[in-house]
Amino acid sequence: MEIIRSQKKTSDDEAASNLSLYRRAPDLEVRLDDFELYAIDRLRGFYAVLRGISDGLSRGKRPDEMEKLVNELWKTSMRHPDATQLINKDLISHFVLRLVYCRTEELRKWFLSMETTLFRYRFRLENPESQRMLMTEFQLPYKALSNAEYESVKDKLVQVSRSIGQSSNCVINVCVGIYWRILVSAMLSTLNSRVVDPDAIVDAVVDTIFFKVPFEEVPELVANRRVFLLKGNAYVAMNQVASIVVSHFRSNLSKALVLTNRKWTSTIKEQEKDRLTPIVEALGSSYLGPDYSQPTEFTNISLKDIDQLANSSFPLCMRHLFNKLRDDHHLKHGGRMQLGLFLKGVGLKLEDALAFWRAEFSQKIGSERFDKEYAYAVRHNYGKEGKRTDYTPYSCQKIISVNPSVGDHHGCPYRHFSEENLRAALAKMGVAGHAMDDVMDKVKNRHYQVACTMTFEAVHAASCDAGINHPNQYFAQSRKLLESKVVISESRSKARPDLMFFNPHPASPNMKPNVSNLPCYTNLI
Amino acid sequence: MTMEENIDERDDMQIDAHSLGNQQLNQFSFDYLKVYYGKLFPYADIFRWMSYGNEGKHPACDESFFSRREFSFTLENDVYLRFQSFKGATDLENSIKEKCPHKIDIGPVYNVDPSRRHAYAQGGNNVFMPVERELIFDIDITEYDDVRYCCSGSDICLDCWPLMAVAIKVMDTVLRDDFGFNHILWVYSGRRGVHCWVCDGRARRLSNEQRSSIADYFHVYKGGENSLKKASLTGPVLHPVLGRAYKDVLIEYFEKKLMQKQRLFSFEERYQKILDIIPDKSVASEIHEKWQARRSSTSEEGRWDQLKSILQSGKHKALRRCVEEIVFTYTYPRLDMEVSKHMNHLLKAPFCVHPKTGRVCVPIDPNQCEDFDPTSVPTLSMLIEELNAGGLQMDTKNGELERTSLAQPIRFFRSSFLQPLMKSCKEEMESAYNAKIQQSGKSSFNW
Ligand code: SF4
Ligand SMILES: [Zn+2]
Repeated sequence: MEIIRSQKKTSDDEAASNLSLYRRAPDLEVRLDDFELYAIDRLRGFYAVLRGISDGLSRGKRPDEMEKLVNELWKTSMRHPDATQLINKDLISHFVLRLVYCRTEELRKWFLSMETTLFRYRFRLENPESQRMLMTEFQLPYKALSNAEYESVKDKLVQVSRSIGQSSNCVINVCVGIYWRILVSAMLSTLNSRVVDPDAIVDAVVDTIFFKVPFEEVPELVANRRVFLLKGNAYVAMNQVASIVVSHFRSNLSKALVLTNRKWTSTIKEQEKDRLTPIVEALGSSYLGPDYSQPTEFTNISLKDIDQLANSSFPLCMRHLFNKLRDDHHLKHGGRMQLGLFLKGVGLKLEDALAFWRAEFSQKIGSERFDKEYAYAVRHNYGKEGKRTDYTPYSCQKIISVNPSVGDHHGCPYRHFSEENLRAALAKMGVAGHAMDDVMDKVKNRHYQVACTMTFEAVHAASCDAGINHPNQYFAQSRKLLESKVVISESRSKARPDLMFFNPHPASPNMKPNVSNLPCYTNLI
Repeated sequence: MTMEENIDERDDMQIDAHSLGNQQLNQFSFDYLKVYYGKLFPYADIFRWMSYGNEGKHPACDESFFSRREFSFTLENDVYLRFQSFKGATDLENSIKEKCPHKIDIGPVYNVDPSRRHAYAQGGNNVFMPVERELIFDIDITEYDDVRYCCSGSDICLDCWPLMAVAIKVMDTVLRDDFGFNHILWVYSGRRGVHCWVCDGRARRLSNEQRSSIADYFHVYKGGENSLKKASLTGPVLHPVLGRAYKDVLIEYFEKKLMQKQRLFSFEERYQKILDIIPDKSVASEIHEKWQARRSSTSEEGRWDQLKSILQSGKHKALRRCVEEIVFTYTYPRLDMEVSKHMNHLLKAPFCVHPKTGRVCVPIDPNQCEDFDPTSVPTLSMLIEELNAGGLQMDTKNGELERTSLAQPIRFFRSSFLQPLMKSCKEEMESAYNAKIQQSGKSSFNW
């Protein structure tokens, strides 16, 4: 357990950091359950960290907003009832996700970007002392300038910081400042010294922490003349250090992911085919945006509304499956999965789902056969049967990439329908004229999701800037628009209290939290 | 090529030189070039330089080092031979003598001998790539055409040479003081500019990104090829590197040399360009009117002082940087950024002869660069004449060199560049070797 420097020291050293550089995998025995659960917490649970970061970045949040977000996400998702396990949870989840995300270039890119962002903000929140310890651990043995040295170049350092204007460094300065303030006040109180304004000392201290770094290591700072250079050394201010450390973190992780991939394909995958491999593959199969596995404010439907909703707010892929089911009283496996998970995602409760499927299927095969052969699968989708796998609704990407065969109705109509059939289906939704031409044009160029977005816009007479990435997103946005326009039935127009998100099925007797001491995990299953 | 042949040729030369007299034509000729390569070109020095200590007997020497260096030759009729490589000094010498290139360029050191690059790249995942290269700079007087009026294009004279001198002074200081480099060679390019070779081990090992960062550290110009080249200085004060250049070099050269030599304020068309730099158009036209008036001061100094006092008066706070911007625009080095940013850019070898001017690419002493006279740099024909003046006596090679005006530049090259470089290469090699020995000693101890 040598890697976790902080662990050895936490007890007696408050300044020690919990931030790991993940240089080596932990030498721990991990329960298979934790293996998966920790990873999900980090990756895409409801409050999960990486998913939240991805979301924050795609919304163009400012650095200070990101900092707050990351901090909150981290605290909420990565908590653990046993405080001593926090670091292990961090390490395990990180290394599990390395396995998951090492496997393609695209996955690596996403993971690298999210983990680097996470690291950047966590690093910023560390106090200067542990920042320095982390640098040492990275073998960035930069020495802070001694007082004498500082005095000798002080004028130049001041000149540099004036030349670049200081506004841009405020944010970090502030947070470093806070830690210093605490340290300094503590110092002052223990020294029982005269009354000195800690703030004054803090400002002096913060501005005088500089590191001497070979100029080769900070090309960006050199290129923009943001550092003072003397005899091959760049004088890097404390508030500029983060960027160096972060770039080391990124390049180390990037290399590590490539290596992990090689190891995974050459040995681990085969050795672990009964244990880890299925978990890793399940974790990796989902798409990278929000997973819509939980109903949100605008998505919580009851059986009696379902026909009307299908007509007004289902994307074409789901409309088609829904109509086929109503017409044929049957859907093949692919269709059942695609529609079933979608319905789960929009808030159809398990018993409603069972009723819904039973009503249709029994018309063809009888309710007895349904209960025997199909009910299991419905419950399974809701995580109530079989091995505990996280079944999340399919994203567009996944739906578009399938290859339906004869008799299948799943897939994305924009991709899988003939032109004639697609035109007819769109006409039924009320798309016509120019809008129809535009949509068909996108389809010809194989921009299926753009075509779907344009359909959405034509049908709702409203723009959809984010674009359609997920059928459940289509539904959610549609409901948002329609419910703000018309006051629909009282029960649904009220926003659900926040608590619901923690425990979405309070009324369901079937829904027992399955890991009793980890309440926030239940909604994943 | 044997000695006798050489002598025969020289006899021919002698006749030629006399018969052609002082015609421009004879500044550069193939036959002269042959003699130059036969008698004067410093192969051994180039070889030692390009070997960086690896030519010695030290156990840490990398024997393949020199042979992995790319040379490229431009032959008569613009035939261009890239990826030439040589086993050693003799190999290099023989090939140059045989091919008699009009121009020799030096490229990077690759991971394998460039002549074997195809065979190497065929082996699986191998990639032929540069691993080491001097940090190089190319400053070309044509880049300054909008701020000089004495000549244009490729010509250079004593009135615009100060622009090159400024570039050398500013950059030499930055490279030494800021980046900590010591082994810097400045070379006259033979026609329209100067080249710089930074040869410290640390400089040779820079990545492309790091090279770019250094080029950008120098860069202050805004505006592309088709717009006014204007130094853009932002921020409330100058970064120390710019502040020092301004205070120590630029302002002095602008006020003491270029202003007068280029008569920047004497003609409306010229001073208008300076006034164009002032962002406040009303101030610019106010000054313009003043200078149009009969009674105004017409000397360069008078007008410049007037301009300065108006811009720096408390009245126009926003214009205080303007004086600096004008001086930077008219003096600050203008680099060909692309040359410096990539490892695999080729650069003409020192001691080549420029095919158009016949001038030899001689080193420039950065401490005396303001006294360097590009118009009196030794030419090929001059050197041949000096050789001929010695008559037919059998000389040692060095004796012949000593007789020519190339002797001094070569002496300078050796004493101020090559020898210190060799010394530090040896030291570097020694300490790297010792560190390695110690390392392996340690691990075997642990074992
Ligand atoms: S683009 Fe997405 S939401 Fe739209 S039809 Fe295709 S799969 Fe369904
Ligand atoms: Zn000139």
